[in-house]
Amino acid sequence: MKMDELLKNISNRFGNNILHINKKSEKRAYIDIYPKDIKDFVRYMFKDLSCRFDTASGVDDFDSLEILYHFSHDPSGITISLRAILKDKQDPHIDTITDITRSAWWIERELHELFGIEFNGNSDLRPLLLPDDWPKGVYPLRKDFQPPKRDSRKE
Amino acid sequence: MGLKEKILTKSLYVFHLSSGSCNNCDIEIIDCLTPRYDIERFGMVLVGSIKHADVLLCTGSANKMTVPLIKKLYEQMPKPGFVVAFGACGASRGLFKDSYNTGKPLDEIIPVDMYIPGCPPRPEAIMAGLLKLIGKLNSKGKK
Amino acid sequence: MSHHAHIPIGPYHPLQEEPEFYKLVVDGEKVVDVDVRIGYNHRGIEKLSESKSYDQSIFLVERICGICSSSHPIACCQALEDISDIEVPERALYIRTICQELERLHSHMLWLGLAGHFIGYNTVFMWAWKYREPICDIMETVTGNRQNYAMHKVGGVRRDIEKEHVSYILKRLDEFTKHLTMLKGAVLDDPVLHERLKGVGILTKEDAIDYAAIGPVARASDYDIDVRRDHPYGVYDRVKWNVITQKEGDVFAKAVVRILEMFESVSIVRQCLDKMPEGPIDSNPKDIPPGEGIGQIEAPRGECFHYIKSDGTNSAVRHKVRAPTYMNFPTFRETVIGETISDATIILAAIDPCYCCTERMLIVNSGDKKVMDVNELIRLSQEKTRLIKDKYKAI
Repeated sequence: MKMDELLKNISNRFGNNILHINKKSEKRAYIDIYPKDIKDFVRYMFKDLSCRFDTASGVDDFDSLEILYHFSHDPSGITISLRAILKDKQDPHIDTITDITRSAWWIERELHELFGIEFNGNSDLRPLLLPDDWPKGVYPLRKDFQPPKRDSRKE
Repeated sequence: MGLKEKILTKSLYVFHLSSGSCNNCDIEIIDCLTPRYDIERFGMVLVGSIKHADVLLCTGSANKMTVPLIKKLYEQMPKPGFVVAFGACGASRGLFKDSYNTGKPLDEIIPVDMYIPGCPPRPEAIMAGLLKLIGKLNSKGKK
Repeated sequence: MSHHAHIPIGPYHPLQEEPEFYKLVVDGEKVVDVDVRIGYNHRGIEKLSESKSYDQSIFLVERICGICSSSHPIACCQALEDISDIEVPERALYIRTICQELERLHSHMLWLGLAGHFIGYNTVFMWAWKYREPICDIMETVTGNRQNYAMHKVGGVRRDIEKEHVSYILKRLDEFTKHLTMLKGAVLDDPVLHERLKGVGILTKEDAIDYAAIGPVARASDYDIDVRRDHPYGVYDRVKWNVITQKEGDVFAKAVVRILEMFESVSIVRQCLDKMPEGPIDSNPKDIPPGEGIGQIEAPRGECFHYIKSDGTNSAVRHKVRAPTYMNFPTFRETVIGETISDATIILAAIDPCYCCTERMLIVNSGDKKVMDVNELIRLSQEKTRLIKDKYKAI
């Protein structure tokens, strides 16, 4: 399946629920969607198009948080990324996709502790990477967190 | 040098601890056991418990979660015991010194007797380092 | 009346002690549940990358994992090249492919040795690591170092393969292939190993797809994916090679996939050295414009994924690294539940966890239950092999 055909299938299925499609090349596309539709999109990508879930990456855009869900369609060598922008940075929420695919189990825990994103419906958001005594409410990958530059002579 | 230290230099028992390393150093250490380098011909052996060890070989950049462990292991090591800081990460935290999850360098957590620099140090460098340690112990005893 | 005990399972490398954070709950001899808590190797690399220049980031990601020391830099370079379709000269693509395949060879050999140690075949351990040395020597000839090659940059590679070195590389590869053939026979034709490893730790194809497993773990469960063929990079679409898959999904199938992949890798390196054209090795790009890029490559353990968002400055706004073991590790839960404690270490080893790419684990013990540490678990595993060997000797 070529990129145009894949994008056409997605457009036909979701119509106005797509904010924007950026076809970067024959191998890469970025689709902007509403966070409330994430489950429908993921279900379509995973079950109907048989894409493989690569990972989800969070980005701090200063006034909002963005999550990119990356999917690979291996038979055609195409990677499509779904972008969901969470406008409420104080209390970012999005539905979990772990009930559709267990491959998102760890990445949701990581996004929760490094960005502070809540995943509705995911009851297992225990810390994955950070130490147990890490202060609550401090999210290392947000832009307002800057670890102090160290001069070990002073330590 | 007491009798204990003199006996030690004949056959060092090494305990390897990784405090958040990328594995390169750990692989080069295990490589020393393999036939090409064969550290056992110098009487050096890797042991599975700190209570049997003479040398604590510490790789990695002392990740915050491992700091209590490093201190605990150092206390449990029977004295006289020696600490070797391994690689660039062991010496000074290397590339990771500005990370939010890295604490102090190893030599500010426990006293270090020897540094083996490199990223990773070659097996030849490891053996040279450990043999130098034996040499240092021997020369301390002669004073 | 059954009682549940919490058992400590040792980390991949048997000579480490760590606080508890991996729980293996057993009922008698069988594993009933498993839970993992990682974080001992978390060095905050993604955050560090945001304060380093792109050139420095490539050195940084090399040290995410010692074994995937060529994979992460290539994926990072590809992500940066993807942002604005930077051209890479053909000779550089050949050199990148050669480095990749040599890394695959040394990684699979390393795995073979460690897996041998876990089940009590210490000769396999010693010989596999000894016969891995020619590959380290080749890497040193090509890149200047046994590990941490500092070879890749955006737009190409840093060092060329000299003509004088080609015959040396081919000679060492011949040596390696001879030993590999011997090890293949010793491992794959051994009836004790068949009995020890077949049917152990099976990952079904449905679970492999649901967990998005990758690399040899997926291919051993008949999930036919390989980034080298599906999302071609380097020169994999210009040389002849096969994707190795197996149907059973057990530990033995994973071993077969890795061993046969090594033969394919040797063939790819030979073809690359033969076909490599003359020419520049670096296209010298001047800057990275704003945008987003993705790099995907097939590391020895599976797909390595890098995503970089750039704003036109010399540092990344966001650098996401997803190492292969991150996807494969959760499959451990599926494959170990229902198995016996003595198989736990080999099932874990079969995933080939790059435990610094992901993490190490150790388990808590609670209450009045017996405490077992990693050495005890490995001893159990080796004991099981010995019993099978004795049975064959008696026949």
